[in-house]
Amino acid sequence: MADHALELLDITCTFRARDDARQRYTAVADTTLCVAAGEFVSVVGPTGCGKSTLLNVAAGLLEPSTGSVRVFGRPLAGINARAGYMFQSEALMPWRSALANVMVGLQYRGMAEAEARAQATQWLARVGLAGFEDRYPHQLSGGMRKRTALAQTLALDPDIILMDEPFSALDVQTRQLMENEVLDLWAGGEGRRAAPSPERTPLGGGHAVPGGRGRKAVLFITHDLDEAIAMSDRVVVLSAGPATHPIGEFVIDLPRPRDVAEVRMHPRFVELHSQIWGVLRDEVLKGYAQQLQKAA
Amino acid sequence: MTMKLGLNERNARWWQLLLLVVLLVAWHAVSRDEKVAFFLAEPIKVAGRIWSWFLPFDVPANALFPDGLPGNADIYRHLGVTLLETVLAFAIGTVLGLACGLWLALAPTASLILDPYIKAANSMPRVILAPIFALWFGLGIWSKVALAVTLVFFIVFFNVYQGVREVSPVVLANARMLGANQRQLLRTVYLPSATSWVFSSLHTSVGLAFVGAVVGEYLGSARGVGYLILQAEGTFDVNTVFAGIAVLTAFALALDGLVGAIERRLMKWQPRSGETEKL
Repeated sequence: MADHALELLDITCTFRARDDARQRYTAVADTTLCVAAGEFVSVVGPTGCGKSTLLNVAAGLLEPSTGSVRVFGRPLAGINARAGYMFQSEALMPWRSALANVMVGLQYRGMAEAEARAQATQWLARVGLAGFEDRYPHQLSGGMRKRTALAQTLALDPDIILMDEPFSALDVQTRQLMENEVLDLWAGGEGRRAAPSPERTPLGGGHAVPGGRGRKAVLFITHDLDEAIAMSDRVVVLSAGPATHPIGEFVIDLPRPRDVAEVRMHPRFVELHSQIWGVLRDEVLKGYAQQLQKAA
Repeated sequence: MTMKLGLNERNARWWQLLLLVVLLVAWHAVSRDEKVAFFLAEPIKVAGRIWSWFLPFDVPANALFPDGLPGNADIYRHLGVTLLETVLAFAIGTVLGLACGLWLALAPTASLILDPYIKAANSMPRVILAPIFALWFGLGIWSKVALAVTLVFFIVFFNVYQGVREVSPVVLANARMLGANQRQLLRTVYLPSATSWVFSSLHTSVGLAFVGAVVGEYLGSARGVGYLILQAEGTFDVNTVFAGIAVLTAFALALDGLVGAIERRLMKWQPRSGETEKL
């Protein structure tokens, strides 16, 4: 299994209530999930089922109660340095301009100021934000902030990208644009649009990823089944919480490159959608019933 | 006259000035009565006092000042001492408060142990420490600085502590995922995030630094504006007391304006309400 970028093996996460040690909540139970190098895997599941928990475990931000995480075959200790993380909510530093936000990760790695600035400028241009370098996050629209966050993550050239419903706060049109752009960037800019810059990996000498022309492994969390099918190579369905675990796995054999809006008309898309929805529907209803119970 | 007299932001200054003039005239009118003047002072005499303090020009006897005005220009020594105490206390208190706030916010064990002591030290009426500081540091400027530092420190400390604790966990997690180590986190996340809290506290603490310095002088010193006021009170010279208050107020306002200017420079990333930008 050496060609796996990310392996989550028998992960269980149990949270203890802070004030009462007897109250426990098992968010994720006995979950095994692998992402091959260069593979785009989506995880779908009802709201509140522990998808984000799973992603935090993969990022090394959260230690699982039992089970282990392996990154390119090696056990993970601490922060997953080979992964980039796109958060669901606003994660940009509000006191830094768009350019400074993209630069910050490069600066953390000790890159010289001038070079970091040059690379960050290039990345901002690549996500379509040339000319917005000096804007502060509050001066950018929601979609622009997501683009900045994307540039911030990609500028470090991670081998694994973790995405936690990154586009859930965007309107439908912006969202489809962003999805296509992410697919483009993931495919190395060789999709429908030509890459604006000839050199693709600014952090030269990055790790050679086996297979997939330097593609990054992506673990994409979403509750939107359409988005999951349109973007991924593989869709994993999670059960409703508590004790979430995978209950189904589907290989998406739609041709690439894809346009997320057009691919939805594809007969195979419709077929896959109804198959996956058949598995997911019961879980969504279960999750909804639980939320009603909690609220009562 | 085409100027609109309705109140708006542009002519608010004029309205503010008008209010000042009205207050001064009312004060003047009331102080025509000698008994009232003994307690409330007379604005014209207060102004004359300030003239004598600041300017080296004598004014010959005239309608307003029947005895003329001596141009002593003798306040600078006192004002310099008070300002030095204030600025020293402000700087030392802010740096200490910033350091301790950062340390305790990032070291949960230490903050757990020290919590009751901090609460006790904060709720203690600290002005009462002035005689003890006079005993420790003598009657020079340092006893006043020490008193003012105790006032400034806690304001800044609590604000920094709060600021660091309210750092967005997502921004923090993002910085860690981008590879920040502890020192980089401190420099690029905790400090900038605490800055807005620090500035809101600085406006309060400028005033308190003055309070500490003047109260310290008032309780025992040979120099400073507080000393001048104390001397004047000893001879029932209400005009000089009021002049001292006016001078202190003006300088406190100036210092606050300075803090405000620095704040606007450093905090330009913050959205201001009603600000729209053409994109």
